[in-house]
Amino acid sequence: MTTATGRSAGTGADEKPEHSADRTRRFGPGTPLRAAAGFALAAIVLFAVAPLVLGDFRLNLLAKYLCLAIVAVGIGLAWGRGGMLALGQGVFFGLGGYAMAMHLKLADAGPGNLPDFMQLYGQIDKLPWWWEPFANPVFALAATVLLPVFVAFLLGSLVFRRRVRGAYFAILSQALAAALAIYLIGEQGTTGGTNGLTDIQGFFGFRLDDPLNQRAVYFIIAACLLLMLALVRQLMHSRYGELLVAVRDAEERVRFLGYDPANVKLVAYMVAAGMAGLAGALFVPAVGIISPALIGVVPSIEFVIGVALGGRATLIGPVLGAIAVAWAKTTLSEQFPAAWTYLQGLLFVIFLAFLPNGLASVAGLVRRRRPAPADRKAAQPKSVPLTAETGGAGQ
Amino acid sequence: MTLVFSQLFTGISIGAVLLLIALGLSLTFGQMNVINMAHGEFIMAGAYTVYVVQQIITNAGVSLLVALPVAFLVAGAMGVVLEFLLIRRLYTRPLDTLLVTWGVALILQQLARDIFGAPNVQTRAPDLLTGSITIFSSGDGNDLMVANSRLFILTLALLAVAALTLGLRMTPLGRRIRAVVQNRDLAAASGIATGRVDRMTFFIGSGLAGIAGVALTLVGPIGPTMGTNIIIDAFLVVVVGGIGQLKGTVIVAFALGMMQSLVEYSTTISVAKVLVFLTIVAFLQWRPQGLFTLRTRSLA
Amino acid sequence: MFRVRGRRIAACAAVVATAMTLASCGSRVDQSSSSTAATGAVDASGTTIKVGLLNSLSGTMAISEVTVKNALMLAVDEINAAGGVLGKKIEPVSEDGASDWPTFAEKAQKLISQDRVAAVFGCWTSASRKAVKPVFEKNKALLFYPVQYEGLEQSPYIYYTGATTNQQIVPALDYLKAQGKTSLYLVGSDYVFPRTANKIIKAYADANGMKVLGEDYAPLGSTEFSTITNKVKAAGAGAVFNTLNGDSNVAFFKEYKSAGLTADKMPVLSVSIAEEEVKSIGTQYLADQLTAWNYYQTTPGAANEKFVKAYKAKYGEDKPTSDPMEAAYVSVYLWKAMVEKAGAFDVEKVKAAGAAGDITFDAPEGKVTVDGPTQHVHKTARIGKIGSDGLINEVWNSGEPIKPDPYLKDYAWAKSLA
Repeated sequence: MTTATGRSAGTGADEKPEHSADRTRRFGPGTPLRAAAGFALAAIVLFAVAPLVLGDFRLNLLAKYLCLAIVAVGIGLAWGRGGMLALGQGVFFGLGGYAMAMHLKLADAGPGNLPDFMQLYGQIDKLPWWWEPFANPVFALAATVLLPVFVAFLLGSLVFRRRVRGAYFAILSQALAAALAIYLIGEQGTTGGTNGLTDIQGFFGFRLDDPLNQRAVYFIIAACLLLMLALVRQLMHSRYGELLVAVRDAEERVRFLGYDPANVKLVAYMVAAGMAGLAGALFVPAVGIISPALIGVVPSIEFVIGVALGGRATLIGPVLGAIAVAWAKTTLSEQFPAAWTYLQGLLFVIFLAFLPNGLASVAGLVRRRRPAPADRKAAQPKSVPLTAETGGAGQ
Repeated sequence: MTLVFSQLFTGISIGAVLLLIALGLSLTFGQMNVINMAHGEFIMAGAYTVYVVQQIITNAGVSLLVALPVAFLVAGAMGVVLEFLLIRRLYTRPLDTLLVTWGVALILQQLARDIFGAPNVQTRAPDLLTGSITIFSSGDGNDLMVANSRLFILTLALLAVAALTLGLRMTPLGRRIRAVVQNRDLAAASGIATGRVDRMTFFIGSGLAGIAGVALTLVGPIGPTMGTNIIIDAFLVVVVGGIGQLKGTVIVAFALGMMQSLVEYSTTISVAKVLVFLTIVAFLQWRPQGLFTLRTRSLA
Repeated sequence: MFRVRGRRIAACAAVVATAMTLASCGSRVDQSSSSTAATGAVDASGTTIKVGLLNSLSGTMAISEVTVKNALMLAVDEINAAGGVLGKKIEPVSEDGASDWPTFAEKAQKLISQDRVAAVFGCWTSASRKAVKPVFEKNKALLFYPVQYEGLEQSPYIYYTGATTNQQIVPALDYLKAQGKTSLYLVGSDYVFPRTANKIIKAYADANGMKVLGEDYAPLGSTEFSTITNKVKAAGAGAVFNTLNGDSNVAFFKEYKSAGLTADKMPVLSVSIAEEEVKSIGTQYLADQLTAWNYYQTTPGAANEKFVKAYKAKYGEDKPTSDPMEAAYVSVYLWKAMVEKAGAFDVEKVKAAGAAGDITFDAPEGKVTVDGPTQHVHKTARIGKIGSDGLINEVWNSGEPIKPDPYLKDYAWAKSLA
């Protein structure tokens, strides 16, 4: 570990020569023109090609994959750019999903009525107070994103300020995911327990069992994905994006430059959380269920594999990776359930041990302007901090 | 009154289980900073070792004693292979190690499923260890009894801690391990083959997981998923205990065991688990480096 | 640069807006849905007829559900060997639910709309059934659910061939009461079935002068039972009613024995431990404890002898048969009987054939009849004692098949429940 520290300071800028200036400006990766073309292509594929080629069932599956891709975009930002391995995204996905599902359940039940599962298992005759506000569609919609962001803010501002990072942060996230899942299961009468919230009929007045409306849901999800991509691209190419990468690569140096790395990380973490919440909320009308099984430790880790596969530090890599993994899971597990587990394990091993930059580095699809994170990520979890921390911890 | 005592002992025995499963980790994670998510599967390998040994040696008591060293070697060997093939390349990327070893864990689980079948397997415990001893008789049938299996696990855990502590203090290998932990560059400069020391540390840490697996056959199920159920708990013990220190792991294991048992008694397992997790999050706010911190002069 | 950026976002927004207006013209909640029926229609055009098998082949539930799939395949093979259904061979399409409820919903939809199967057999956990229920109702397709469950459900598109509460839990309580037990301790996993079952048990106990001394739940997969065992022991109940599931049972019974509790001091009556689970827990810990089911491998009768023999021949001598497997096996034959009576694979016609209540089958557990209104099955309740050979021996049965009553409407003490 010590060796890594020594190196980390030096490796920063001189790892790869910058691309020649004018080529980069006009047509290189990350230029507005290239990005606009990319977005146009993605929009054509998502809005025109996919609905024409795919049947109702496959389109609905794609909608589900796109939800996972939205989570992946957020993880890409926090992990690939910010160096924070967010292993608890299930928490935010779940918060968003439950917020949406709670509203839809209440809307299904109609004003003044209890959702069906509460009547069956809850043995209560009054709606719990924390369900009440979700009857309001505006509140519920806002909560799907703001609730995860708020939780991320609370957690992040505590954790990052105390300079908990790297492995500690990852394990802490996992513990939280486990705790939330256990809590939701334990409160069966008011949360649906292991079953989760199921049997959702309508979506803001539209019947979910109508294929036309399912199509509309797909379009909404695809639009959200594009919007999130645009948002993350803006972030990546802003001054903030530069700062985030700087924090990932040499946190102490950023601190010495007068920035507070905790705030920088916090923003990325909150954006990632908001995206996971949005994805969870969209998952509900697409799949018709949200349950603790989507929240715990295992799903939280599974969110990450697609990101690693596609290339964590790229914009589009996590999206393609997440879709590819979800698609492979559906297809392979139909034929060879055991083989899928092996393959999933192998994906983790291959793409993290040997190809840390994902498929993007193999195919050379995306030429990064920056050096890859893996070479220098090394510096991030340990690096200079420990001395600072040992001093800081006692205060 | 009996209940208070039996609950206290329950806390100690939960702590002993936690200690056993976390002990190996406190070496590999605590000393080497390697997050090995496959540690739970090494424990599983230890448990399956008991099953395999019992196919050959039918006497439950003998087979358990034979299984202890065999499990240590089996799990230790798996650890060395893992270290040599993968972890060696990843020492500078702890987060990637976490995910890589998670992948390895998935593969090992599926292997266990393919070799031993998906259902749990059954092992026989020696009759001595399925009973309990009465500490005192209250007369109303509600005696204070202590399960022999739990006593066995407690003894095993304490023996392992003692052996490890002495080993790290007294033996040349122990000295080398400590040297590498405290300052890798200086150790290397002093002529210590740090790569070999890493491998030995990993062997011992993983071997301890095998021992834990043998012990777990006395109290829990033996199946492909047994590792996933305990890995997070084990990590939390080490994280809260502080890296690079055995005493932190020991204290925290028993503290968490006690807390779990006392909270669970007055509420439910779910509440106890959630509370334990939240306490840990809060605790790490207070001491982000864990209970004890290894102070070194090295920069990392 | 800024201008380009702005234009792109505007373009994006325009695309989104157009797409959404174009798309959002489906039916509203208060309208009846127009275009759903077509997707779910059964494809009976080929020389074979497809049925779906929906079980977890991977994940935590695979342990149990693979045995159900095996039993389903056995029934399909037998029926095909005897000439199929309405002259068509059955072509099973197997899907993996992967122990994940959303996956179950997805695969159910796939079986219905891609494969256009005539019926789907499978699911184990209540959670998976709750996840697929809206899918089957929306597509008007059939599900045969083979596992004992917590009742309080009656979907027009699900046939329940496992026991509901009044065919398993209530008889088990009757048995304990007849044995002179006046107090119970309830231990269960934390999910729908145990919680609902315990609600029923408490209502029963209130009405029958029994006392419930304690109630504890452990998260699924939990393996630390020392505290619960301490509580059980301190309470000193007449019997323990155990609704734990899976791995937890292993840890619980090991702890139970270590604490010096035995079947004659404080028997444990379990409702989720069948022959397969006995094998993995070990008779060392389980001997003489009680179980409540509708079928055991040892249940007498020619039909069962044939079933056990066929199963062992196909899957191995060491493989036991159990209640959920038997219920799954039976479900395929019941579907066949309904189809043959209807003379068609069409879902509504098959349902109409089942509604009369005259569909019967000589099952391994004895003669079973489909109950028209509830779409459950009349079943005989059996209490068994676990033997040292790992098999379960019947010690009591209800004498005749019990009429299914998922909402416990015919039980005065259960009025407060539903």
